[in-house]
Amino acid sequence: MIEYIPQWTIDFWNWFPVDLQTLLIILGKIILILVPLLLAVAYVTYFERKVIGYMQVRIGPNRVGFFGFSLWGLGQPIADAVKLLFKEIIIPSQANKYLFLIAPVLSIGPALAAWAVIPFNREMTLANVDAGLLYVLALTSIGVYGVIIAGWASNSKYAILSALRAGAQIVAYEIAMGFALVGVLMASGSLNLGAIVEAQAGGFSSWFIVWMLPLFLVYFISGVAETNRAPFDVAEGESEIVAGFHVEYSGMAFAVFFLAEYANIILISALTSLMFLGGWLSPFEGWSSLQGHWLAEASIFWFLGKTSFFIFCFLWFRATFPRYRYDQIMRLGWKVFIPVTIVWIFVEGVMVVLKVGPWAG
Amino acid sequence: MTFTDFIFFAFSALLLASAMGVITARNPVHSALFLVLSFFSCSALWLLLEAEFLAIALVLVYVGAVMVLFLFIVMMLDINLVQMREGFVRYLPVGVFFALCLVGIMIWVVGDFSAGVFEVPTLQQAVQHGADYSNTKALGRVIYTDYVLPFEIAAVILLVAIIAAIILTMRRREMTKYQTPSKQVMVKRNDRLRIVKMEATVEESE
Repeated sequence: MIEYIPQWTIDFWNWFPVDLQTLLIILGKIILILVPLLLAVAYVTYFERKVIGYMQVRIGPNRVGFFGFSLWGLGQPIADAVKLLFKEIIIPSQANKYLFLIAPVLSIGPALAAWAVIPFNREMTLANVDAGLLYVLALTSIGVYGVIIAGWASNSKYAILSALRAGAQIVAYEIAMGFALVGVLMASGSLNLGAIVEAQAGGFSSWFIVWMLPLFLVYFISGVAETNRAPFDVAEGESEIVAGFHVEYSGMAFAVFFLAEYANIILISALTSLMFLGGWLSPFEGWSSLQGHWLAEASIFWFLGKTSFFIFCFLWFRATFPRYRYDQIMRLGWKVFIPVTIVWIFVEGVMVVLKVGPWAG
Repeated sequence: MTFTDFIFFAFSALLLASAMGVITARNPVHSALFLVLSFFSCSALWLLLEAEFLAIALVLVYVGAVMVLFLFIVMMLDINLVQMREGFVRYLPVGVFFALCLVGIMIWVVGDFSAGVFEVPTLQQAVQHGADYSNTKALGRVIYTDYVLPFEIAAVILLVAIIAAIILTMRRREMTKYQTPSKQVMVKRNDRLRIVKMEATVEESE
């Protein structure tokens, strides 16, 4: 492929200083990750309305298309974005102006920054950080500041109630989430996300979900709670506190919160598939009947497929489960999930000593 | 000045500015948020020292959990701002004294200005490791071999503190109403509902 590039572009590229070249390459990679991600975020909103629509025997959005063709309503997210861009951002007169405007940024920043360490396949990752898992955990825990600051800076009773709910909920579920990840660390022996995936090589039976089913369930349900999604969406709670922390936000400021929520959904889905379902690895690895077929090969399609399945689960939950009562959420987090994870960590310790499953080698 | 030095000075300036913000901000919520920012820039400095495990753990524990709860409390408090600021001038000399003590200690420990004031001597003296060096592994090895006893003692002290903190909040309140979920789940129709058989009656017309 390299011979098709005209000589003058290569000369132009070499004319840059080396530091600038690295910077440009990294910037290019960031764009390559973020543009598809933001497109995916836009279309997850469409997908959500469509999926929930069909689950409730409706059609969902089907009017807005391109160039006069309705195309199943595929133009809807773009029309929504344009509408939100042109709306006025109203700042309440008694609000704390700077914090009010910083809050959406604080909520989307970590959601996007976490993608820096996500490996898409064996080679494709922006930063192959040694403590990648810890980095992701740290960034997802910062995300709550957007909610808390938005709630406080709005100077509204509904908003502050929601901020308090979100704060308590996220701190509670973060502990269970962290403990579930301790189990993954014990099995993989590394904090690097790529190494965690490679530790699950060898077909479906060596994926961590088989050996850590309770931890997988705790992790994914805690992930739903961390992203404030139904059935744990008491922070939004439109039946009691209208829209919660973003009740005073309008236009693009609201849209940024919306984007952050969906970016977090995709992030949690991607992490679940990386840590428990072998990321880009194929479930048919080592099957003699599929030898050499692309289905048995590790590829990015497996990673995207698994991630999409979990995104679908998020939407499915929303259409299926009624909202939890607040005390039930707290009880589930502190009294059910944390004991379950601690017990399973002990079980894993026993498995390590007895050399069962992934620790046989 | 290399790029690393530039990052160091940028985050140091941010750290100092936000630390000043913590004590000078009028609003306690702003103070708490400045404290979050100072933790964050501090963790960036630790990253420069190749202590990535400690740096990320600082963000995870202090920014992600401790400060969230801190902010949570500060937001709910109804603080009289005038009363809070009264003592500022009175306690200023004591504060300045301790600040000077700390600065003195720091200069005593890291002070080596032979290379020039803006040349960051400690960064240059720190051992530079290769890309395959795992800070997490090195830390774990030291904690679980050489320092296993102090580490375990620290863990036990923390456990005792957790139990004590929980016990302190467990006072019995007479007036609280609470639900027992297991009882709620066990409820049968007959516990809540009584069906009474009644004869049909006709209201007498006048």
